[in-house]
Amino acid sequence: MKQVISIILVLLIGVLIFGALYFSSDESLKFNEYGKVNLADRVSEKYIDKSVNGGSGVVEYQKSEGLESGSANYVTSIIVNYRSFDTLGEVTVLFISAFGVALLLGGKRKRQKNMFEPNFILKHGARLVFGLMVIFGVYMFSHGHLTPGGGFPGGSIIAASILLLYMADNEFRAKMKSLKATEGIAGSLYVIIGLLAVVLGGYFLANFLPTGIVGDLLSGGVIPIVYILIGLKVGSELSGIIDSFVTKEVE
Amino acid sequence: MRAIFLKTEREVNKVQILEIVEIVIGALMLIIGIMAINAKKLLNSIIYLSIISMLAVVAFVLMKAPDVAVTEAVIGSGLVTAIFVFTLFSTRKEGEDL
Repeated sequence: MKQVISIILVLLIGVLIFGALYFSSDESLKFNEYGKVNLADRVSEKYIDKSVNGGSGVVEYQKSEGLESGSANYVTSIIVNYRSFDTLGEVTVLFISAFGVALLLGGKRKRQKNMFEPNFILKHGARLVFGLMVIFGVYMFSHGHLTPGGGFPGGSIIAASILLLYMADNEFRAKMKSLKATEGIAGSLYVIIGLLAVVLGGYFLANFLPTGIVGDLLSGGVIPIVYILIGLKVGSELSGIIDSFVTKEVE
Repeated sequence: MRAIFLKTEREVNKVQILEIVEIVIGALMLIIGIMAINAKKLLNSIIYLSIISMLAVVAFVLMKAPDVAVTEAVIGSGLVTAIFVFTLFSTRKEGEDL
């Protein structure tokens, strides 16, 4: 009975949402009119053309030079350039959650045995895959301004590789002190870059370095630097959280 | 002229197929979500949650959001599943079956 009621509720909410989208009185919100909106009226077009402060308006790959945000991936140019202060808040939220986990599960801890004895393939495959995973994570956050990805997924991939080591070895324990040091240094360097931008660029977290040619590895001004810092911070933070979940308190 | 017309028709068909795939994935996500709520064992429930994340990755890729897809693939179906499983293992009673 409960299931029937829940299915009916889900269907009702779905009908309400789709009904509102299809029969809305506002033309621009209508579902079937959605693609036909005049993009010149919207601010999103300006982010894609990188002309928020006024500019030429056409960005050409490997040709345009000295734009206000030089990253080819425009999701990144919004996250780390136009909305960098939001990203600082996001990183702070992650830090507070890691802090909460450390507060609840902190103290002197020792390794808890896995539920299962790691078998031959997991044990030896982990050694092979670990390096590749770390390289892929580093690629993810160092190329965040060129290809899809960035600091958050890159850091999470590194944390996943640490998780693989924990699963493959019953005795393994990451070096928590160095992880915490990396986290603290990366986090404070992000704020220091923001404060440097106040002096050099005029406002907090401004892009004060030359942005270069769109599509080059060394382009985008502070975007690659900030993304590398975010990647290191997120990776070490999530590894710390994983460590507190796999260990247990020493009495 | 005719060739251009044929090409556009094919593109229209492609869009329609993608829309159908998106609807199928959305329906699957709803069904597996209900299965996750109803599962008797908590471990099965976690696996269903992981499957929902995997389907969401496919949906994000079809909707041309690769950035979100990568993040969802790593966090949704990797780390969150692992942390839930570890929590389940450490909260069970001695000798209890999962």
